[in-house]
Parts: sequence; C-alpha cells; structure tokens
Amino acid sequence: MIHARGVEKRYGDKRILRGVDLDVGTDDFVLVTGPNGSGKTTLLRLCAGLAAPTRGELIVAVERGRLGYLAHEPLVYRELTALENLDLYGRLYRVPERRERSGMLLERFGLWDARHARAASFSRGMLQRLALCRTLLHEPSLLLLDEPYSGLDDEGVNLLDRELAERAARATFVVATHEPERLEPLASARLALA
Amino acid sequence: MAAAIALIFFYAPLDQDGLNQKIFYFHVPIALTAYASFGWGGWKALRHLWKRDENADLESYVAIHLGVIFGLLTLVTGSIWAKYRWGHWWVWSEDQLVLFLVLFLFYCAYFMLRYSLPPGPQRANMSAVYALFGVVLIPVSILAIRLSERFIHPVAFDRGGPNMAGSQFLTFCVCVVAWFAVAATLYQLELAGKRLDIRLRELREALQE
Amino acid sequence: MTYFADVGALARKDLLLELRARDTLPAMLLFVVSTLVVFHFVLPAGSSDLAATGLLWVALLFTALLGLSRSFAAEREQGVIDGLVLAPSDRSAIWLGKALSILAFLALAELIALPAYGLFFKPVGAALVAGVVLADVGIAAVGTLLAAMATASRARELLLPLLFLPLAIPIVIGGVGASVAGDPGRYLGLLGLYDALFAIICWASFEYVVTE
Repeated sequence: MIHARGVEKRYGDKRILRGVDLDVGTDDFVLVTGPNGSGKTTLLRLCAGLAAPTRGELIVAVERGRLGYLAHEPLVYRELTALENLDLYGRLYRVPERRERSGMLLERFGLWDARHARAASFSRGMLQRLALCRTLLHEPSLLLLDEPYSGLDDEGVNLLDRELAERAARATFVVATHEPERLEPLASARLALA
Repeated sequence: MAAAIALIFFYAPLDQDGLNQKIFYFHVPIALTAYASFGWGGWKALRHLWKRDENADLESYVAIHLGVIFGLLTLVTGSIWAKYRWGHWWVWSEDQLVLFLVLFLFYCAYFMLRYSLPPGPQRANMSAVYALFGVVLIPVSILAIRLSERFIHPVAFDRGGPNMAGSQFLTFCVCVVAWFAVAATLYQLELAGKRLDIRLRELREALQE
Repeated sequence: MTYFADVGALARKDLLLELRARDTLPAMLLFVVSTLVVFHFVLPAGSSDLAATGLLWVALLFTALLGLSRSFAAEREQGVIDGLVLAPSDRSAIWLGKALSILAFLALAELIALPAYGLFFKPVGAALVAGVVLADVGIAAVGTLLAAMATASRARELLLPLLFLPLAIPIVIGGVGASVAGDPGRYLGLLGLYDALFAIICWASFEYVVTE
C-alpha cells in the first residue's frame, strides 16, 4: 500500500526527514516511533498526500476516499455541532447512509449525548473522540493516525483500544506514537525515526 | 552580451530626429521585452504546474524578476518621453504607461507573495498560479484601460505615435532584437547565478552531515 | 452530480458558520455604511455626482476585501483545510463553495449599501446594479483564490489587498464605466469577459493553491 524510498522532506532550510524507507503492505500495522521533532507527523502528512517529499520516492496506492487521517488538530469546525461536522464529511466522502453511520460512531465513542453541541464546547478529550469519528466515518482501508491517544481520558483510551483491536485485522494502519508499548500487541512492524 | 551592446551602440548614430524619437527607440523595445519576460515567466509557470518541470519554478521567477526590471525601465523611459512630448512626467492618456503601472503593481505583489512564503513546493505552486493570472490580466487590462479612457479624460492629447520611415523601422527592429538579446543574456546570467547559489547551499548542507 | 452536491455542502457550511458566528457580515454592513458617510465629508462642495459614484465603487471594493480576509479564517485557525483537501471531492469545489458564499455576503452587503448610497447621494440606476452584480462575480472568484493564497503566508492581512488590488482594476473600470458612461453595454461586456476568463482560470488552478 505504501512504498517509500529515500524520502526526504525539507521546510526551507530545515531538514525534517532524511532517507526514510518504508514498505507497508495490506493489513499491516506499522508503529512509527521517535522523539519529538523526529518527523513522525511529517511522515504521516506525506503519506496522506498533504505534502510532497523534497526528494525520494513515495507511492501510496490508495485513493483519497479510502484513506483516513487523524492529525494533531481534530480538523473539525468549532462552530458546527458534532453531527453537522460528520454530516459535512459524510457528504464529501460520499458515505452511504451517513446519518446512521454518524450516529453509530458517535455512540461508539460516547458522544451521542453531545451530538447537537457545538464542537467549541467540547473538551480536549471529546474533540479527539470526534476526530476519531471523522477519521473512521468512511471506513477507510488505510488509516494514518498521529498520536491517537493524545488528550483522551481513561474511558476514551478504552474505547479507542476496542476500536483498534476490532479493525486491526481488516485495515492497514500506520500509527505515530511516542508510547509504542500500548500498541505493541497489534503491531506487525516498527519504524524508528531518529 | 558583447554583441548586444555593440548593436546598441551601432544603431545610435542612425537616429536623425530629436531626443523625443531617441527615447522611443528605447521605450517600446524595452516594453516589448517586458511583455516577453512576463510571457516567458507565465509559460514556465504553466510548465511547473502542468509538467512538474523541476527547473521551471526558478526560471519563471527569474523571468518575472527581469520583467519587473524592464517594466520599471519602461515606466521611466515612458515618463521621460511624456515629459518631452507633453511636458508632464506622467500622463494617464498614454495607455501603455498605465498598463505598465498596473502590471508593475501586480508583479511587485508577486514578489511580496514569494517572500512571505518559505521556499518549497507550496511557494512554487502559488507563484506559478499567480504568474498565470498575470498573463490573463495583460489583455484584459489593455481592453479595460482603453475603455477607461472614455469616461476619465476627454482625449485632449494628440496620441499618434511616431510614424516610421524605412530606415527608422530598420533601426527600430534592430533595437528590439538588441534589447531581447540583453534580456536573454541577463536571464541566463541570473539563472546561472541562482543555480550556483542553490548548489553551494546543497554542498554546504551535505558537508554538515 | 456529486460535484455540485459537494459545492452545495461546502457553501451551506460557510453560510451556516456565518449564521452562528455572526461576525463577518455585520462588520461588512457597518463598514460599507460608515465608509459612505465618510465619503460625504470627503467630497468637497460642488463635486460631481460622478465622483460620488467612483467612491461607491471604492467602498464596495474595500468592503469586499474585509469579507475576503475573513473567508478562510475558520479553515486557517482550526487547520480544517487539510480535512477538506483530503476528501475525495474535487479541490476546485472548495473554491466554488467558498466563492458562492462570498458572493452571498457581497449581495447582502450591497442590499444595504446601494439603498444607503441612494439615500445619501443620488439614486442608483439599473446599469449600476448590473455592474455591481457582474463585478461581484469577479470579486468573489478571484478574491477567494487569492484569500486562500494569502492564508498560507505569514503576512496574510497585508498580502491579500496587495494581491487583490491590481487584479481589481479592470473590475473597477468596468463597474464605474457601467455606472457613468452613456453606453454601459461595453463596460458590462468587459466585466462579463473578466468574470468568464478569471472564473475559468481560478477553477482550474485552485487545486495547485491548496496542494503541494
């Protein structure tokens, strides 16, 4: 699904990624580890197609509609409600039965009661859960998750654990994290960035 | 380059008319060169977006840089011409001047755009799109400015350009070619210089590894 | 067609956001009326009606800039543009949806501005209104794309007017011409040409403005 050779990314004079090689096959679960500033986020952005590598070869054999990306920011509109946000993304991703699916995901992540509340009123943990709903809404086959546990409370962590355990077998994952121990059991490969 | 300069000095003695005319031999070829530079910049911008040509961004930038310099020269020579012809340093009735003022502002904004973004594919893309807008703006502005004449100024000035006899026309063509040659040379020079800068920077970084 | 469904969803989103936040449109309305009042004091006694018409266009232009500078605010502040760019929909739909919502804001602002102008200065003719409508299309099309560009840079508040004003010159010429000249047809034609050419080029090139 992803093939990267010698990928380099530079922003102005700063070189963030250098000589990265990566191969991700279908249903793999890859953990990307490394300290802050090592380029985990940048690598995921490149794989998502939000940025182009400065040098090197990067092929992501997945169409945009089958790709799910969880970023640092939740990527939701603060002034829209949870349901409205998911409705918008549902339309853009051509999700069939989007209303039902949105409802189902909100429920799975414990946000059903807050569905008509504006995202601006959400706590950090709730925003992260909403972001996860957004990411999973269209049943992507490739999931790029950047620090998926950040901001989650205990309950959120459990919900996410459950989701990942269920989906690990039927989707491909590339997860950037600085706490790899948690996902070790699910992982099929690791990439450590300097 | 030497050939271009030789040409410029060669044709000067051919002029017979007053200073007014002499300026004209500078002004119009320089204007045409500016148009050509902007056009070339636009073409390279298109190649950058369309064919992902790696060199095209830099080439487009250099071409537009030159275009702005020549545009400034056009405004200056045009202003001098206006002073001699009509006694004012600026006349709104002269379409060419007004057009170049607009284009000058437009392409200066190009540099503002470029300098406010960090170097990278995003800056290259946006510069290219903006450069293409410039190309579309040129004919639209020509039409617009011509139309604006009618309600801004009653046309009081005699606007006939100089008519050209045979020898003058030849001189004029030689001038055009000469200025194009100067521009092309400057273009190659600046491009080479910038490429050298980039190469130096790359080497310096490779050494730091 | 899904393309227009996308555009509709995006435009609806922008209108909904403005309905909730209620910051841009009231600002535009207040700005344009205040500017017209200022213009009353700016024009010396005995100024022609034509000068007032010209100033109306200045007011409209800067009101539009005000609206445009806010147009990508939500996407920029919350990074949501990434979310929209990632979607399988055509990126140009983002431009079209946003441009349509800007067009709506401009129309609403003018719904107040033109009567105000008629009240303070002189009545507004059909040619002027036609000019305003056509000019709005051009402003929305070009302005939206430039706003997206400016958003990406550090100096965004400064950059947008600099990028926009040279491109706005043909619009102003067309608009003022349509308002004051004896044969507004030519100027409306100029506006139509501008709109057609620039709408096409904006539509085709927006993809490159938001991706690398």
